[in-house]
Amino acid sequence: MTADTAAVTTTELVRKSIEGRRFSPANAIVAFSLLFTLLSSVLILVTLLADTIAAALPVFASRGFGFVTSSLSPTAASAGIWQGIMGSLALTAFVIAVAFPLGVAAAVYLEEYASDNRVTRFINANIRNLAGVPSIVYGILGLFLFVEILMRGILGASEGIAGRNVVAGGLTLAVLVLPIMIITTSEALRAVPSGLREASLAVGATRWETIRHHVLPVAVPAILTGSVLTIARAFGESAPLLLAGAQLSLFFSVSSDASFADLVLTQPYTALPIIVFNFARQPQAEFVALTAASIVVLLVMLLTVNAAAVLARDRFERRYR
Amino acid sequence: MAIVEQQRGTQIDLSGDVRRRRRESIVKAIFFLAAAISILISVAIVLALIGKAWAFLSSIELNQLWADGWFPRRGRFQLLALIVHTLVVSAVAMLVAVPFGLGSAIYLSEYARSGVRRVLKPTLEILAGIPSVVLGFFALQFITPNVVRGLFPGAESANFLAAGIAVGILTIPLVASVSEDAMRAVPGSLREASYGLGAKQWHTALRVVFPAAISGIIAAVILGISRAIGETMIVALAAGLNGIMTFDPTSGGLTMTGAIANLAVGSDQVAGDVAAFQSLFFVGLVLFVLTLGLNVMSERIVRRYRQRY
Repeated sequence: MTADTAAVTTTELVRKSIEGRRFSPANAIVAFSLLFTLLSSVLILVTLLADTIAAALPVFASRGFGFVTSSLSPTAASAGIWQGIMGSLALTAFVIAVAFPLGVAAAVYLEEYASDNRVTRFINANIRNLAGVPSIVYGILGLFLFVEILMRGILGASEGIAGRNVVAGGLTLAVLVLPIMIITTSEALRAVPSGLREASLAVGATRWETIRHHVLPVAVPAILTGSVLTIARAFGESAPLLLAGAQLSLFFSVSSDASFADLVLTQPYTALPIIVFNFARQPQAEFVALTAASIVVLLVMLLTVNAAAVLARDRFERRYR
Repeated sequence: MAIVEQQRGTQIDLSGDVRRRRRESIVKAIFFLAAAISILISVAIVLALIGKAWAFLSSIELNQLWADGWFPRRGRFQLLALIVHTLVVSAVAMLVAVPFGLGSAIYLSEYARSGVRRVLKPTLEILAGIPSVVLGFFALQFITPNVVRGLFPGAESANFLAAGIAVGILTIPLVASVSEDAMRAVPGSLREASYGLGAKQWHTALRVVFPAAISGIIAAVILGISRAIGETMIVALAAGLNGIMTFDPTSGGLTMTGAIANLAVGSDQVAGDVAAFQSLFFVGLVLFVLTLGLNVMSERIVRRYRQRY
């Protein structure tokens, strides 16, 4: 990274000394149109946010925070998004519990243990391909593997929601982000200077001791920020949940005396992005403001986490430069 | 940490004590299993898709695949209509994502000072973090009334143009970041040589650096197409439900992902109709093969045409 920055600066100096301070119209036109494309991409983001917030304002003005804490309802005036928030948090917990340890372990194997042989290359290529599989295909996988085989086949869930529970949804999302988790963690591990490993190995530490005491502590900030961004992706994902069993109705209730096992295995669930989808496809005009308001809540939750991770990474990168 | 030294003639055994080595191999085995799970996932995806798609294909007459339009509940499964609609949406998406994505990439890589970069790049990343369902709503409520109907007043309320523009917006950050990486990988000596010959900055950026990075840029565009084909929530909301094949971007219709989502959403009502529901797996298989082919192609291009500097 350091060499890269230095090269660009030298090039810049070379350019300036040769080009001099003369104004070139062609240069200005190209620079301006390139900047225009970049700024319009940013402008789209701003328009999107402003438009959504403007449409959401009436809901927040008339119902305030009550909109967030009330339950789903087919009546726009009383519908809220509480079940979606709870469902999304539960799904995220599953993603963290499953995808994070598996992803880090797989990346550690591929970067620190695996020698460059056919099996390793195959696993690596496979992970890259998995990262490019459309999310809805993971929904098909979740429906087949987790709902049909695991819940209905092995655990025998045939009544009520028939295995379309939050565990199946959480596992589906975990599998969806696992390849991205492995790729970002691998990049973080690759950024650790190899001198550190060699020094540790040279004084007699084993591979695992080297990894645990020297490689991981240095890589942790990058691993964590990468993981946060990846988990945030799972939080906003909705296509796989359409198939893997999130409730699509505007009215469902969870029995209030359900135990934890009941809650995750036999009770219906939904997620915040699914609610956005559901509200957005309602024909009544009142649901437009409601959709916008749910989007605002979704984006506030997502963008604060995302922005924090991006800024944190920026700081770490600068520190190690 | 004591090193067990065993004198065997002149050789010293430095391999350490048995417990430490055993722990080492156990840890390695656990990590290997974690990496191997990714292969199991691929196998499960392929099994799910092929098994169910086969069940679907054997339960229908094959000429139903060439029937007029995609109407699963009436036994008409014209896959071609879905593919055509998908290509229309993807083409519109690329008309948005390629100029804006590449323009942003060239600016960030060749023009932006590091301070500007540090602000604009994270902003693009935030754009990448917006859930697609949000852009679907944006397409429906903003792009269709303000952009599409402004140009084509007769456009349907759900149309390929609005969906394609939204998918394109979603794809800009991907195209931009992959092609920017490719351009930054071009060594500074190429630029210096170009300036040394008297070329201006725009000439260097567009005629030297851009061609030198062309393999990575093509790969970025192919990845963008693949992402556009697989995008679901935007088309499910904004592309419409029509199953009749049409090339007209101002009208709407089901794409491959739209058809899958639509079957999933309506699955409770068609639980009895096995063939209609299983067609979802068949479309999923076609989608999987198509995107996998594009992703592999993009990787091949990068590897084969990458210049070694």
